[in-house]
Amino acid sequence: MATNAYVPHAAGYVDNEGVKIVSSRFPYEDSYTLERSLATGGYEGMKKALRMAPADVAALVKDAVLLGRGGAGFPAGVKWGFMPPVWPRYLVVNGDESEPGTYKDRLLMERDPHQLIEGCIIACYALGLNTCFLYVRGEMPVAQERIAQALNDAYDAGLVGKNIDGTDVSIDIVLHWGAGAYIVGEETALIESLEGNRGMPRLKPPFFPAAKGLYLKPTIVNNVETLANLPWLMINGSEEYKKYGSERSPGTRMLAISGHVKRPGVYEVEQGKVSFRDLFYGENYCGGITDDNDLKMFIPGGGSAPWFFEEQLDVLLEASEVGPAGSMLGSGAIVVMDETTDAVRACLRVVRFFARESCGKCTPCREGTTWEEKVLQRILDGHGRPEDIDLLLEIGANISPGVYPVAAHPDSGLEAVPFPPKQTTICPLGPSSVAPITSAIRRFRSEFEAKIANGSASEETHELSGTSA
Amino acid sequence: MSRLNEENVALAHEIISRYPRKKSALIPLLHVAQEQEGHVTNEAMEHLAELVGVTPAEVLGTASFYEMFKFEPQGKYMVNICTNISCQLVGGEELLHHAEKTLGVRPGGTTEDGMFTLEDVECMAACTEAPCLQVNYRHEYRLDNSDFDKLIADLRAGNRPEIPDHGTLGAVRQHIPADRMAGIESPETAGTPAWFASRTAQSN
Amino acid sequence: MTATENTEPESPEVDPGVPFTLNGVELHANEGELLISAAERHGVHIPHFCYHPRMTPVGMCRMCLVEVDGGRGPSLQPSCMLPVTPNMIVNTESEPTTKAQDGVLELLLINHPLDCPVCDKGGECPLQDNAYAFGPGESRFVEEKRHYEKPIPISDLVYLDRERCILCDRCTRFADEVAGDPLIHFIDRGSQTQVNTFPEHEFSSYFSGNTVQICPVGALTAQPYRFAARPWDLSETESTSMVDSTGARVALHSSQNRLVRIQGVDSEATNWGWLSDKERFIYEATDSPDRITEPLVRDGSGEPVRTRWNSAIKKAVEALTTASDPRRIGVIGGARLTLESQYAWAKLLKGLGAIDNIDAQLGDGLPADVVMGLPKATIASACAPGGVVVLLGADPKEELPTLYLRLRHAVQSDGVSLIEMSPRQTSFGASVAARLNPLPGSAGQIASALADGMVGTSIGGISSGELTTAHELLTSDRPVTIIVGRGNLAESADVVVSAIAALRRLVPNATFLTALRRGNIHGALEMGLTPGYLPGGRPLGTALAGWEMAPPSAGLDAEGILRAAAQGSLDTLVLLGADPLRDFPDHTLAAAAFERVGTVISIDSFLTASTDRADVILPAAMFGEVDGTFMNLEGRISPVQAKVTSPGQAWPDWMIAAEFAQAAGGDLGFGTLAEVRADISASVPAFADVDWETEGASSDGSVVETGGSIELSLTETAPIPPADDYGLRLVVDRKLWDNGTMISSSASLGDLVDDAVLTLAPADLERLGGQSGQEAQVSIAGGDSHPIVVKADGRIRPGVAHIPFGVNGVQAQELLTAGEPVVDVRVQV
Ligand SMILES: Cc1cc2nc3c(=O)[nH]c(=O)nc-3n(C[C@H](O)[C@H](O)[C@H](O)COP(=O)(O)O)c2cc1C
Ligand code: SF4
Ligand code: FES
Repeated sequence: MATNAYVPHAAGYVDNEGVKIVSSRFPYEDSYTLERSLATGGYEGMKKALRMAPADVAALVKDAVLLGRGGAGFPAGVKWGFMPPVWPRYLVVNGDESEPGTYKDRLLMERDPHQLIEGCIIACYALGLNTCFLYVRGEMPVAQERIAQALNDAYDAGLVGKNIDGTDVSIDIVLHWGAGAYIVGEETALIESLEGNRGMPRLKPPFFPAAKGLYLKPTIVNNVETLANLPWLMINGSEEYKKYGSERSPGTRMLAISGHVKRPGVYEVEQGKVSFRDLFYGENYCGGITDDNDLKMFIPGGGSAPWFFEEQLDVLLEASEVGPAGSMLGSGAIVVMDETTDAVRACLRVVRFFARESCGKCTPCREGTTWEEKVLQRILDGHGRPEDIDLLLEIGANISPGVYPVAAHPDSGLEAVPFPPKQTTICPLGPSSVAPITSAIRRFRSEFEAKIANGSASEETHELSGTSA
Repeated sequence: MSRLNEENVALAHEIISRYPRKKSALIPLLHVAQEQEGHVTNEAMEHLAELVGVTPAEVLGTASFYEMFKFEPQGKYMVNICTNISCQLVGGEELLHHAEKTLGVRPGGTTEDGMFTLEDVECMAACTEAPCLQVNYRHEYRLDNSDFDKLIADLRAGNRPEIPDHGTLGAVRQHIPADRMAGIESPETAGTPAWFASRTAQSN
Repeated sequence: MTATENTEPESPEVDPGVPFTLNGVELHANEGELLISAAERHGVHIPHFCYHPRMTPVGMCRMCLVEVDGGRGPSLQPSCMLPVTPNMIVNTESEPTTKAQDGVLELLLINHPLDCPVCDKGGECPLQDNAYAFGPGESRFVEEKRHYEKPIPISDLVYLDRERCILCDRCTRFADEVAGDPLIHFIDRGSQTQVNTFPEHEFSSYFSGNTVQICPVGALTAQPYRFAARPWDLSETESTSMVDSTGARVALHSSQNRLVRIQGVDSEATNWGWLSDKERFIYEATDSPDRITEPLVRDGSGEPVRTRWNSAIKKAVEALTTASDPRRIGVIGGARLTLESQYAWAKLLKGLGAIDNIDAQLGDGLPADVVMGLPKATIASACAPGGVVVLLGADPKEELPTLYLRLRHAVQSDGVSLIEMSPRQTSFGASVAARLNPLPGSAGQIASALADGMVGTSIGGISSGELTTAHELLTSDRPVTIIVGRGNLAESADVVVSAIAALRRLVPNATFLTALRRGNIHGALEMGLTPGYLPGGRPLGTALAGWEMAPPSAGLDAEGILRAAAQGSLDTLVLLGADPLRDFPDHTLAAAAFERVGTVISIDSFLTASTDRADVILPAAMFGEVDGTFMNLEGRISPVQAKVTSPGQAWPDWMIAAEFAQAAGGDLGFGTLAEVRADISASVPAFADVDWETEGASSDGSVVETGGSIELSLTETAPIPPADDYGLRLVVDRKLWDNGTMISSSASLGDLVDDAVLTLAPADLERLGGQSGQEAQVSIAGGDSHPIVVKADGRIRPGVAHIPFGVNGVQAQELLTAGEPVVDVRVQV
């Protein structure tokens, strides 16, 4: 298919060259229908799986080293193996995609719901369970409609529900929708939410979902994209799968590149084969920085990730490369910021997100993120004090003690501190708020100092709208 | 009287039947309540409490955690403008300012004619199409000020019939015909699926 | 497990526990013990806010973070969520630990108001304490603090100040997890999170006061205590609550010789630190204007006149000694007395006075031999994980609320299966394993069917499924505890006894908790305030030094005494803190008795309906003012202690008894409390070894054997009268908030009493053509009609009408007839 074709009916998706494992149907306008799915090999992977022993399906997934695509990058096959022999057990699909910059699960759900449903059935079958909840972010009604229609059609066609494809296998998939809370993307919060509660994370241990998840029963939470890989994997096998991507990270990833690039979009990219430089400047990808400006910084893996800079452009796009370099690939969200970007303002915006989205459970996160936001806003409003810069770092140290992960900066002799950060909190949301602060202050301290020195002069231009919730 | 109407009570029962425990249905049911009235009323929360067997305080505890549930009347169209980082970089905040001026309200406010409620929101998973917004959670991409003005004019003129009133989520709902359902059981009584036991035994 | 490797060779059977290192010292934790509590046990206090040893840890506040190395290097872990694992190395003093704790504290304080000087919690506030101990001196937070409307009432008893709240989830967890009343909840999210009720729905929980006690800051305050005292002029004494027969351990707090607060004490054996609001706030009654502070004697005009103790006693003793026959004297009451006072009165009346018409129960209990003679369980044994509990009595939430909390925990968290045989559904709701709510009169029949294994078909409207489940549970090898009481005042005690008999036939090893609600009722029976018995459950006729005058044959119980009075064959009636005119189930009988009885002598702390009719009124010191001992429903004795002095001239009851003896020319053999105790130890074998002075050292007290040598032979045959055409069989039971003397005399509690409502099954109301909420008429055959509001309630069995006892409006006692096996009522809409 065409290189770099903008696909109008799949806004955001860029149909570039290379293998298509999860986005192969996107170019079809009717890719979400059962007809198109069936006409293009849909449900064949599931049918193949149903002819295998469940344990063999699980073994195949393990062998393929299918890394989770939700952020943490943990191998799905290994996670599945953590389930104790206890029933009932559940599969919960994490379609709550809300990480700033992340934008691929929505396309997978809107553009190819049958692929996801098929992936769910394969996973349920391998795990020996018959109830799957598909948790879709509340603010994605189109995804919900597409999945609802797909499920209704698949139930009617005997592909989901009782006696799937005429076999003895019976599995229900229930579409569930959220109502707006980023933290619910965290798997234990997702489970709380699915139980009808406030989406506040549970502490791990003891609540590792694989052992004590939904209703305190063994539960696997997998990301949409993770499961969307399964049909292809079943049909083509793990050896074929491992031909793509790198040894440690086989297969592809859906990457969303936004911000200051010429051709922002969601690209399906082989893992570990491409560098950030290729992605930002390559003709097969984004084609350069907007207006050919200089790059100032970029976020390699969603709002939660520490920032990278020019020096990290040649890092390869895979978790095992990005982590040691001081950040994370996370959910495949890359935000590019050019030289025109105000580092303090960008920092505030990301921090504000975490302050608004803290669930409120842990003192350091609830109070700390709000305080961080207030201090940053004050600096931007022109009322900063010189001691505020260190204060920001110290509030951050209350949430994430020790040295925060950071990218190397040869000029200032700063060495990379590998991901992940330490935390005084239950989940990583609070510590995530420290990422933009340490990233920005360590690299652009002078910008903070200038803002503070200039005082209220900058008030007008940098006012942020609105009130925090 | 803003308890669930008869039709929605039937729908509520159908939704509840898809969960191993009733309380799990709470968020979907709150959406049903919000769809009926445009916002979630106290009476509706009391009704939901009865339907799922919890106290109204527990319903409110859950409902108030989530951004999408509103407890006061809203405009017919909720205009949510993203100002998160990807949008901020390419003009999301400026778009919000423009919207504030055009609609004459601050984020959280509703225009006097009850048509629009403006919100300043977090990332809506359309970052590559920034700046973007949602009207009743339907995306609009890459808007400049004049696109925004046209959108508002179209909405006022009723030229966007595909966008339902605030509160309506997916226009298509899942329905599982009783004879197609594998069966949802309570976690206390559910066990190993028969097919798994037999297939595992066979392969050994 | 490596733990066993460390075991000393000489004592291989003693498991020393899980070895771990705490601040460089090698120690052992119990299996599964949380680090925070293991550290505390070893004298290392880890600061915390959200952790509470009696609730599920949530790890929210992050104050208890300590540096832990579980084998993969040190990291900060919440010690409240972390069970000690073998060879864990813990440092609670390291730099990272203190830094983390300082950090959390600073963050908690940024939004906390600096109103300690005016806060109820000031001076006893963990946040304040930790801030002094750890906190930075000055706030680096220069922004505006969070603002909320200052204290808002969330119920009649509790105020909430959200600005002070640190969101520890204790109150909300308590309401949900412990009390089962999730009426307060976290609302909103993130830094906007607040605790609140649903709009217009109060936090009306019988246990609301516990939230005030466990709130680590001053966010929740008790209406009765607000501004009553400052912590630094409070003094505190441990005691045992006498509000009901659970015997919850409490701390009495006074300021300037006034009781100002009661708090729960964590007794492993009884209340686990929790109290009902009745136990917590009832102290208000000590200050009531209705207190009797001086002896009163009614003069010729019928007005009570203040008099001196000796002339009042002289008058009372005259009335007792001039009665032509001890059998023409009756004594009712005694359950609110201490053991020592009960013994003194029993010895005075039986030992010196040859009187046996004595009853501490008011026709609403169970036969004394049953209460004393059944093999007793303890609360702990009843609640032990994996057991089966049969509830053959009232809803414990209404009658014995702290016992209810223990049972609720057992059922919710410890796998205890509950078989509900109470006359109506209780607060255990859906968590009961088998629901067998027999129609009034038929509990014995149901129990017999279980004993006979006749569970294949439904009996008396109870399904075969429920019967089968109950039968299976009772015949499994799980230990069975049967909780017995009077769940229906409109049904005779014989019905309960017959059910007990049948259940014992089925489960011979079952043990029992006799859930009688009156405070020290078990002590009263044990000390002999019941017809037929000398102290220690020994029958009349047993030789006992000092008790030689005791009559040979049993006297009358309360019903008999009142009947005798009503027939004119009673010269003198003594009331020991009893108010039969309000409390005796059959009001018609009680009224007739007071109409015709000769002299009435009332020893009481309060003016009541019955004292209004008394000729001699003697002021008794009350709970909080007297030292003594309490016996709870397990037979557990624990100390009751004086905290304040009595108002006016009120005396302890035992002293009044001694004065009576002296005035009558006799001698009880004691003149001090220590002498009373020595006398009890000498004459009651079970008390021979009680070390009265040190009994208070442990919060748990100790269980003594009750009932002496009572051999029970109970009969299963209680005939069930056929329903008459009045149709509805009456259930009358108690509510926690009723018009009892103490509640009526407590400023904050009196208003909590509900109006009477008659509830019945929806189908019955429909059959009668009535609407929920309308007024109807209720009557018994040949009786007057009483207007009452009716409501349909799905939890009431068809054929039953339920009315609470002693609430506002219609008095259920107008409908009750003592001695009838059941009562049928007519309801007309
Ligand atoms: C604050 C936070 C937000 C998260 N949001 C998402 C999300 O939106 N979608 C997602 O799939 N995983 C999200 N995760 C990761 C999930 O907790 C979980 O690891 C993932 O769903 C597992 O799926 P996978 O193994 O297939 O990647 C989030 C984690 C955290 C800590
Ligand atoms: S770190 Fe923040 S979001 Fe995560 S559990 Fe704690 S308070 Fe909630
Ligand atoms: S006491 Fe451990 S987190 Fe609060």
